[in-house]
Amino acid sequence: MTAKIPEVKAKVKPTKPWAPTTRERAVDIGAILLAILGTFIAVGLSELKGKLAYAGVFLLLIISINFIQNYLRSGIAAAKDSIASTFAVAGVLVTLLPIVSILYAIFERGKTGLKFNLFTSDMKLNGPNDPLNQGGLLHALVGSGIMVTIALLISLPIGILTAIYLTEIKGLLTRPIKFLVQSMSGVPSIVAGLFILSAIVFPITKTPSGLMGGFALAILMIPTIARTSEEVLLLIPEDLREAGVALGGTQWRTISQIVVPAAKSGLITAVILGVARVAGETAPLVLVSGGGDAVNLNPAAGPMGSFPFYIWKSFTFGTPESIARAWAGIFILLLLIFALFITARLLGGDRNKK
Amino acid sequence: MTNSTEKETTPSSLSSVAAAAASKKKQSTGAQGVGLEARGIHAWFGDKLVLEDISLDFWSGTVTALIGPSGCGKSTFIRTLNRMHEFIPGAAMAGEVLLNGRDVYESGTDVTKIRLKVGMVFQKPNPFPSMTIADNVLAGLKLAQLKVPNKDDLLEECLLRAGLWSEVKDRLSAYGGSLSGGQQQRLCIARSLAVRPEILLMDEPCSALDPGSTLRIEETISELSSSMTIIIVTHNMQQAARVSDYTGFFLSDGGPGQLVEVGATSDIFSRPKDIRTENYVTGRFG
Repeated sequence: MTAKIPEVKAKVKPTKPWAPTTRERAVDIGAILLAILGTFIAVGLSELKGKLAYAGVFLLLIISINFIQNYLRSGIAAAKDSIASTFAVAGVLVTLLPIVSILYAIFERGKTGLKFNLFTSDMKLNGPNDPLNQGGLLHALVGSGIMVTIALLISLPIGILTAIYLTEIKGLLTRPIKFLVQSMSGVPSIVAGLFILSAIVFPITKTPSGLMGGFALAILMIPTIARTSEEVLLLIPEDLREAGVALGGTQWRTISQIVVPAAKSGLITAVILGVARVAGETAPLVLVSGGGDAVNLNPAAGPMGSFPFYIWKSFTFGTPESIARAWAGIFILLLLIFALFITARLLGGDRNKK
Repeated sequence: MTNSTEKETTPSSLSSVAAAAASKKKQSTGAQGVGLEARGIHAWFGDKLVLEDISLDFWSGTVTALIGPSGCGKSTFIRTLNRMHEFIPGAAMAGEVLLNGRDVYESGTDVTKIRLKVGMVFQKPNPFPSMTIADNVLAGLKLAQLKVPNKDDLLEECLLRAGLWSEVKDRLSAYGGSLSGGQQQRLCIARSLAVRPEILLMDEPCSALDPGSTLRIEETISELSSSMTIIIVTHNMQQAARVSDYTGFFLSDGGPGQLVEVGATSDIFSRPKDIRTENYVTGRFG
């Protein structure tokens, strides 16, 4: 059997009759070039000015050229189709533009402040005018890490148990809780900070601390984890639950032994999304964590720095050095969040294990 | 037997299949006492009555097939037998299901114990995706927190009885989802055997399978039937004729499903008492 396969391959080549031919591709590229040329001529000859004019004229031209070309090639239906797809491609470009531009700006401005000492020292002894090879953001790294961990420890069990209640146990409270969780995910982050400030910091502890920051972040994290986990659990087919129960499992045994393990990778993704949601949160931390300049490993006492706070503070100093520090901080924070999303993707992707 | 199964579905061939199957089974099967009794079962979904007054006895050590057109309440009926009916929101029921003389709906009954004694195999193979083949078979022990002295022996025994052992013995740590559909269904049968049920409910266990896998599962059913009570819902009348000792015919005339006729399988297929049964088994409708 296996010996025959090369022969067959040699006789019949795999083709893609539906793919555009070289000529059609050339025509497509020609259309774009023509539209670019036309844009320059039209803008040059008319009173139009600015980048927006170029973009608008180009869009109009490319749509009409594609329309005519598709009409000549395949008829009116294909021509109409080309309008929609050209608009879709244009939409994608318009969406990507700000993202790419932001990433470029952050990298471009962040790289001057990227020094190794960023990761080894804090700003305890350094002022805004100090050169970039002194001081660092270790306190922000440590503080963000501690507060996000506190938030995670609180919201992981609460969020997942809420999702289990909503999808598995169900009851009279399902609808109000679902409504509440949905509204909570829309709560502005400063409200979470104000709540902790007025409910715990003012009446009880009197001073800001990392623990309070963790509490405020947990308020923001719970709805994200609960909603994402709910969606994940809803995807688990009903027959698995029935099979578990039919084997003599109680509901809780079925949930813990069958449903949750089956949803494991999705639940991990939910948690990572929750972390990414709060890692860059600024407003509540400004209110309740104090935002110190020294590394503080004790979440129960003393101000604690964080990435967003560090960035905000460095910007407000306004000196060239501190602005460079701020951009470097943004760059590192962004890298960390990217790393989280990529981890979520990788862990969420191993669903079809064999 | 294989010759007769290849024939057209005519009344004479079905009855001959049933007769051949009956003679092949020898006379070892049959009355060893009533394993499960359904008494006046009614079932509702919301306000809609879907099953009306079904009474049926299932004898230990026999296979009972439930046949009838789609939507006549066969599946709903067997789901009332192990109390799976109550999982559907808005479901209600009336009547009694006596397991060893006690009503499974009696208040204070531990429903998980009922489901341990009355196992179930579903229409679609549903191995647990997060578990290996071995873990799947033993999942019931884990779920019900049962202890057994030797798990490996139980694993082998269940897979042997389900007719899957020789195919999977070298890959017990592979995931259940890597098996073919027919193997998955036999894995599900092995899984339900591991908690040692007295009664096994099978809800169209072969409807998603190819003929070869169907044949393997029918052999499995025949082997199991000596030691337990099997109730199988099927749309395949050849299958009912081949595997069952008794057959019940369900029908719904637009209203709730009713039990039209029940009797020895060879009688149902060769000389049904009710004209509606005759019409159905001869393929005149449904």
